[in-house]
Amino acid sequence: MSHTIIKKQGLARNIFMMEIKAPLVAQKHQAGQFIILRLHDKGERIPLSIVDSDKEQGTITLVIQVVGKTTKEMERCNEGDSVLDIFGPLGKPTLIHEKGTVVAIGGGLGAAPLHPILKALKKAGNRTITILGAQSKENIFWEVKMKALSHDFHITTDDGSYGEKGLVSAPLQRLLQEGTKIDRVYCIGPVFMMKAISNLTKEYKIPTIVSLNPIMVDGTGMCGGCRVTVGNDTKFACVDGPEFDGHQVDFDELHKRLQFYTKHEEFAESHLEKERHQCKLGDFNNEKE
Amino acid sequence: MKKSKPTDIPRQQVPEQTPEKRIKNFSEVPHGYSEEQAQTESLRCLQCKKAPCVKGCPVEINIPQFINAIKEGRFLESAAIIKQTNNLPGVCGRVCPQEEQCEKVCVVGKMSQPVSIGKLERFAADMEQQSGKIKIPAIKEEKKEKVAIVGSGPAGLTAAADLRKMGYQVTVYEALHRPGGVLVYGIPEFRLPNKIVEAEIHVLEELGVEIRTNVLIGQTKTIQDLMKSYQAVFIAVGAGLPRFMNIPGENLPGIFSANEYLTRSNLMKAYRFPDHTTPLPQFKKVAVIGGGNVALDSARTAQRYGAEKVYLVYRRSREEMPARKEEIVHAEEEGIEFALLQNPVEYIEGTNGQVCAARIQKMELGEPDESGRRRPKPIPGSEYELPVDAVIVAIGTKPQKVILQTLPDLKLNEKGNIDVDPNTGMTSLPGVFAGGDIVTGAATVIEAMGAGKTAARGIDHYIQEKKRS
Repeated sequence: MSHTIIKKQGLARNIFMMEIKAPLVAQKHQAGQFIILRLHDKGERIPLSIVDSDKEQGTITLVIQVVGKTTKEMERCNEGDSVLDIFGPLGKPTLIHEKGTVVAIGGGLGAAPLHPILKALKKAGNRTITILGAQSKENIFWEVKMKALSHDFHITTDDGSYGEKGLVSAPLQRLLQEGTKIDRVYCIGPVFMMKAISNLTKEYKIPTIVSLNPIMVDGTGMCGGCRVTVGNDTKFACVDGPEFDGHQVDFDELHKRLQFYTKHEEFAESHLEKERHQCKLGDFNNEKE
Repeated sequence: MKKSKPTDIPRQQVPEQTPEKRIKNFSEVPHGYSEEQAQTESLRCLQCKKAPCVKGCPVEINIPQFINAIKEGRFLESAAIIKQTNNLPGVCGRVCPQEEQCEKVCVVGKMSQPVSIGKLERFAADMEQQSGKIKIPAIKEEKKEKVAIVGSGPAGLTAAADLRKMGYQVTVYEALHRPGGVLVYGIPEFRLPNKIVEAEIHVLEELGVEIRTNVLIGQTKTIQDLMKSYQAVFIAVGAGLPRFMNIPGENLPGIFSANEYLTRSNLMKAYRFPDHTTPLPQFKKVAVIGGGNVALDSARTAQRYGAEKVYLVYRRSREEMPARKEEIVHAEEEGIEFALLQNPVEYIEGTNGQVCAARIQKMELGEPDESGRRRPKPIPGSEYELPVDAVIVAIGTKPQKVILQTLPDLKLNEKGNIDVDPNTGMTSLPGVFAGGDIVTGAATVIEAMGAGKTAARGIDHYIQEKKRS
């Protein structure tokens, strides 16, 4: 099956959006789920959140941050190109159980997978408070889109170049101190951020859902590379998650596991640069199988 | 010249890559028989009328007949005889535990060493593949009924081939991006070359079996979806979920399930990193936990990635190891150190945040347990630390949960595997069949293939009965 890239659009620095043909995945997609993508026949399998889907058009939307070889290669793809494999939807969908006040927090790229959840929360009749955070103004995207789904909206940047200077925990802390009744917090972002938010909401005993993105190979529960400690149990993020109770997740372990291939990832990326360089010189040899 | 008795001829040994050479590559360890060797070996077969070997084979290959064809130099015909009942001869000739099956009951084996049935099977399959004249089996008569097979491992492929030969329209759904299941993600190249699996799967495609990859039944489509367009479904998803021991430190970076380690290497070709993007580090000291074929495959793979030292940590003794004897010998030759009667109790974190040692407890054998093997029990005060920078846990697998969670009405057995009628392979849901590891728990390739055959017959019977009623 050919997965044609229907649309590609830059969203922020190093972040871009792709709408890709994947009718089977679009048909079954629910908020909170992800896919595994393999770009070409030598490519790795990488998990990516499904940000949106169009059942009629048979497309899914992905938001990608350039962080390694595969995402760099994807950035070089254009509309009309195709992706070799798209596998999913994977993971359990978000449980949207209550009607009440929910706080949705997205850090960096986390704003993208937060979008379908926020949409579902709003649709279910929740009062939605959204907090987006980024390093700097140029890393922010979908402000208008997210704001439209929110009854109350906050934005923070680390360097103060836009919105409130500081971390996403500051507006949440204020809300808590003001005595806002919050029924649940949804938080997607860097590990340290999800840890900080979970620590904060634990004090106030507010149920907190985090969505994890650990290293994964197959996405079906077969490899166990994505195992995380949740409470006293080992869970597989691919089939038991990706969403878990933030108060139970061992974030330090998750962080350590995510660091495991850093050197390899850097090496693969530099190799890609080398390949590209050789390609320009015209002496690039296709590897023989 | 006096004709020598078959039993006087020594069992023909296959040449192998030397251990020094082969630990530096991923090429197959044993070479096949030459024509001359194969024909000499075939002379050892007594052509027994009651052929106990055939009963020893889970897919009932007509062993005396195919060996006779080799003896008479009709190699392609020999392959055709095997393929009457076995659709994956190149695979089975390599990975079947013949010593536990056909060769175990071989009459020649009672007088001297049994006929090398497995090596002859491989020879016949290889001769056919090399000839380029691979015979596509005939289809009896086209039928319009459709059957969906979930999983493209040995059970699924076998059922697919048998049903297609009966004339059914067969679609195989595979979750990974390549078909073959454990044959491609699990068993390493040095034991089962990918091109052998590919060629045998290609025959099925030529036969008209449709294979759809990247479909996870239970998520991308459900069994209920499939039942709308197919008359029967065969669940052959294997027992994919890796077991861990649940001991402290087991989630430290550097600790892998064998599934992950082998998948990175075999399916994702990490040994070609960075041309292939998936990485797998070269570790210095590796402990593999377990004593089965998967543990040995992991240990030998780690050795080939250039580890200085690979330990196979197994809680019982060599006699109880479930791995094939042939592969145990190969591993020993390759310098794998067997740490027998030992068991990890904890993993220790190094300053880099990764595993730096395994705390190991020594064991002794007590009374036999329910498996008939003597139960290992810890020796108090025997613990020591084994410095390692990677651990591969290969202590078995459990049923895959994804498909089960969407079938709440499906009857499971006490082990959590799918309960089936052993004669037909049918589950508690009409029209839904199951077989292979998802029914038996982790077992062998050939047992899964046997289950595939049973289910194919069961499905045929079910569809024809339903048509009549």
